[in-house]
Amino acid sequence: MERQLIKGNEAIVKGAILAGCRGYFGYPITPASEIAQAAALYMPLVGGTFLQAESEIAAINMVYGASGTGQRVMTASSSPGISLKQEGISYIAGAELPCVIVDVMRGGPGLGNIAPEQGDYHQIVKGGGHGNYKNIVLAPNSAQEMCDLTMLAFELSDKYRNPAVVLADGFIGQMMEPVVFPDPIDELPEKKWAIKGVPEDKDNLISSIELDPDDLERHNRKLQQKYEIIRKNEIRFQEYETEDAEFILVAFGIVSRLVQSAVDTLREDGVKVGMLRPITLMPFPTPVLEKLAADERVKFFSVFELNNGQMVDDVRLAVNGSKPVKFYGRMGGNVPTIQEIVDQVKKQMREI
Amino acid sequence: MSAKILSKSRGFYDVYERRPGSDQETTHYCPGCGHGILHKMIAEALIDYGVSDNSIIISPVGCSVFAYYYFAAGNFQAAHGRAPAVATGVKRALPESIVISYQGDGDLAAIGGNEILHAANRGESISVFFVNNAIYGMTGGQMAPTTLIGQKTTTTPYGRTVANEGYPIRMTELISQLEAPVYVERTMMADTKSINTTRKAVRKAIKNQVEKKGFSFVEVLSTCPTGWKMTAPQSEEWVKTTMTKQFPLGVYKDISGDAEPLDLTKNQLPAERIPKAISLPLGDKEKLVYQIPKTVNEEIKISGFGGQGVLSLGVWLSEFGMREDLNVSWIPSYGPEMRGGTAHCHVKLSNRPIGSPLVAQPTVLVATNRPSLEKFEQEVVEGGKIFWDNSLIDISPSRSDIVSFPVPATEIANQLGNTKAANVVMLGVITAVSDFLDENIVRRTLPEIFKKKHLLDLNMQAFNKGLEFAASLKQMT
Ligand SMILES: Cc1ncc(C[n+]2csc(CCOP(=O)(O)OP(=O)(O)O)c2C)c(N)n1
Ligand code: SF4
Repeated sequence: MERQLIKGNEAIVKGAILAGCRGYFGYPITPASEIAQAAALYMPLVGGTFLQAESEIAAINMVYGASGTGQRVMTASSSPGISLKQEGISYIAGAELPCVIVDVMRGGPGLGNIAPEQGDYHQIVKGGGHGNYKNIVLAPNSAQEMCDLTMLAFELSDKYRNPAVVLADGFIGQMMEPVVFPDPIDELPEKKWAIKGVPEDKDNLISSIELDPDDLERHNRKLQQKYEIIRKNEIRFQEYETEDAEFILVAFGIVSRLVQSAVDTLREDGVKVGMLRPITLMPFPTPVLEKLAADERVKFFSVFELNNGQMVDDVRLAVNGSKPVKFYGRMGGNVPTIQEIVDQVKKQMREI
Repeated sequence: MSAKILSKSRGFYDVYERRPGSDQETTHYCPGCGHGILHKMIAEALIDYGVSDNSIIISPVGCSVFAYYYFAAGNFQAAHGRAPAVATGVKRALPESIVISYQGDGDLAAIGGNEILHAANRGESISVFFVNNAIYGMTGGQMAPTTLIGQKTTTTPYGRTVANEGYPIRMTELISQLEAPVYVERTMMADTKSINTTRKAVRKAIKNQVEKKGFSFVEVLSTCPTGWKMTAPQSEEWVKTTMTKQFPLGVYKDISGDAEPLDLTKNQLPAERIPKAISLPLGDKEKLVYQIPKTVNEEIKISGFGGQGVLSLGVWLSEFGMREDLNVSWIPSYGPEMRGGTAHCHVKLSNRPIGSPLVAQPTVLVATNRPSLEKFEQEVVEGGKIFWDNSLIDISPSRSDIVSFPVPATEIANQLGNTKAANVVMLGVITAVSDFLDENIVRRTLPEIFKKKHLLDLNMQAFNKGLEFAASLKQMT
């Protein structure tokens, strides 16, 4: 198929529609607004719903309702709006409803600014809302992946009846790149649990309440088992120049693009460095890190993020003290230059 | 209230299997509570209108959180206050179903104030039943936004005061002021007569939805003997004599008779027609074959005032690059900067995969105002090109290790009758002097960019002028 030059944010909507999504409920916020705008443009043309809700709280609850009917539906926002959605996400996870949530992260805390950041890692990957739940989390690093991972998010979310989050940042959302769009999906999975307003599914119930402690514990155990299966089956990652690498740089999203360039530069200087990029943040590619950590050749891990050090926690857990884990982060919307990353790695090499 | 009213409806389950514990015959509500009676009226009405099988009940958080124990219908349990938003999502997905949002006064008038107002204001085609018992029943008798002045609750132990808590909120009056709702009524449940009025109101709210009339809202003043610490008869008396003073009964709005049925149908587009609908490239364009003469590795920064078309110029360069089968990326400086201030974008064109999309050391700088030239000149690589609009910039690049292209783009565009075409003049010059852009590709792509004929004519002229100017520059040097 022909390539189309397109903004990451817009590629999300086209990917979603190709994946069979027919409902978008959202509230505008920079730098995610193009998602709502594209949904407003295209949803009515394919027989879908676009609704600008009165708030992110309302939007995520509309998603709850529409998802319960079996429709593929989504919402998108940026950090402050995601904070507002957290209650609803917890309910969706509790009721085991599928849906796709896009977070185009911006600078925080508070109103922060609209520049790119990755400060939502904790609130998205670790939970954010109340209770013992997990989101499936996918982290694109290109416009192409904004489309592909949105489509995958719908698939995984239906497969596991679990909310799936596409965790992007202001850069990937605003960036234009050529994208190859796949053919539309024309058959969606059957959802026997859904409520479609017909006699056959009258006895179905969409709810997250379990009054009895034993029932609620059973429900929670079932959720944890589901997350284990997801961890077993759905890990996705990219390795770049790691075969002989002594230093493993770890980065997700836009930062992985910068780190990849830094790896090229360092390699030109003869430094044996490689990159591991988690594509799924939940499930986190822990086994891949464990394997690398067990390899004698590997001297240290170095994590680069646009935050105060959030994913680095998961890298540390995986490496489990067997190798040093370094961290370098920028915040507030600042992005390290390639040279800055190169210098950091060289400095870290001197430290060990 | 008579026992007869409490007999089961056919719209209820025979046995309340979802109710935990041994008693699956009676409801979980306290004796004398209004909720159970209202449930029954709703269930009856759904049966009577023949829509019970197509109905979906959204239960709130509050004493009626367990409404799903009883209603033999599709049941959703919603977060506190969000039932109207959940109902909106359901109804938009299933326009043919009957969707009911059932809410208490804490749920609807306090935490969910925003959701109910906006669902009403959008005229969602749903039926809302609002149980106003002037208290939070479920959590132990705390103040509700509808608690009366002077009323003692567990969080107004000295009685509600205007000074501290303000006045009881009248939701029916508020909702009836909105344009969209078709039917808004307040009733009570205190004796046989008022129960009959309520029954009629419930039926009307459901009939309206069956007939696709729009948003209906029924507020029911209801008893909470437990929260009020009264007997059932005392509670009924209190509703009748005291609550109605603050919350007068009656029909506040009814335009359902005149309302035209809404067309809520959505036509699903078949899969094969989707790519066209969402403007995907359909692969039907004549493939342009272009061999790039050498390795391309251009890093371009374009900067100027918002409105000078610097972002568009960047997008076009990326588009041309893509059609030359290069890897490309474009990224803007975004946000408030775009509104009137300066704007710039980063463009990369390469036959290698593009790592960072950010341009730190441009091989090409296009500056269309003085601050841009001053800001970015030093970043340009040795031997790089700087294109700058000397009709607007009153200084020259200070470096001697770059190639400077002073282009009076705005002046040339002005002569053509529209300064907006300055970026296309610049494009012409860049095309002429750079080997990463193919003139034919640009020429064949411009008609896709400028779809209106007069704009295309103007910009083709601007492009040609740019090429001509570049030729004159070459002669000069
Ligand atoms: C976000 C949130 N805040 C608070 C609560 C606790 N809570 C449960 S029910 C309720 C009030 C219910 O009162 P009302 O809506 O009047 O219904 P009633 O119980 O009187 O029928 C509150 C505050 C909650 N469940 N969720
Ligand atoms: S506490 Fe009040 S509202 Fe709740 S069930 Fe008892 S009487 Fe009804």
